[in-house]
Amino acid sequence: MSSRGSSSRITDEEINELVSKLQSLLPESRRRNIGRASASKLLKETCSYIKSLHRDVDDLSDRLSALMATMDANSPQADIIRSLLRS
Amino acid sequence: MESKSSTTGNRDNPNRNLHGSKTMMASHFLRALFRIQQTSTSSSSAGRSRRIRRAAYASMAYSAGTRRAWSRALLRKLRSRARLRFPRRLSRAATPQRRDMDQAQVLRKLVPGGPSMDDCKLLEETADYIRFLTTQVRLMQTVMDSVSS
Repeated sequence: MSSRGSSSRITDEEINELVSKLQSLLPESRRRNIGRASASKLLKETCSYIKSLHRDVDDLSDRLSALMATMDANSPQADIIRSLLRS
Repeated sequence: MESKSSTTGNRDNPNRNLHGSKTMMASHFLRALFRIQQTSTSSSSAGRSRRIRRAAYASMAYSAGTRRAWSRALLRKLRSRARLRFPRRLSRAATPQRRDMDQAQVLRKLVPGGPSMDDCKLLEETADYIRFLTTQVRLMQTVMDSVSS
């Protein structure tokens, strides 16, 4: 796995630590789905989660873009954003 | 030689680190949105959407700075003006249940800078990347909610 030799071999303890860290990053609903997580299931679920987050960014970008089409520079929303930026 | 304790060394309270980044992220993203709104009056919605998407990843990367491998990789991609693409479908055919190693390979393709990380670093970076990603998504949702009300 690593080319750095035996000194960087990952121990079981470290795997468990990182696995529980990964587990804590998943939202509750996903954690429930995988139940007693093996490292393999957890990795798979993590990949799935990241992909859905990427999709969220795409989706929200589309929606924000559509929303912008209805706004002009003098609309009250623009004022909100402007004041947020000033503070 | 990289020490194993570097995973938790300077991140006793990851939430504290994230707070300052959240402010930077919001400020960067809102500024970008404002610029996009002003300069894209006649462009297509799809073009504007692409710019917004790019701004999202940019504000994530800038607020994380250069202390993370994933953010450095993202910053490199953004500066080279390469297309920001993340793989959606990673297997050609329906594959049977694979072992850890293969899932780690899949993960490497999803986290910026992944291919050059060993397993240990990959998991650290993944954790950080997910934190910033969820923050960015929540930020975008908040902007959506407040602007459309």
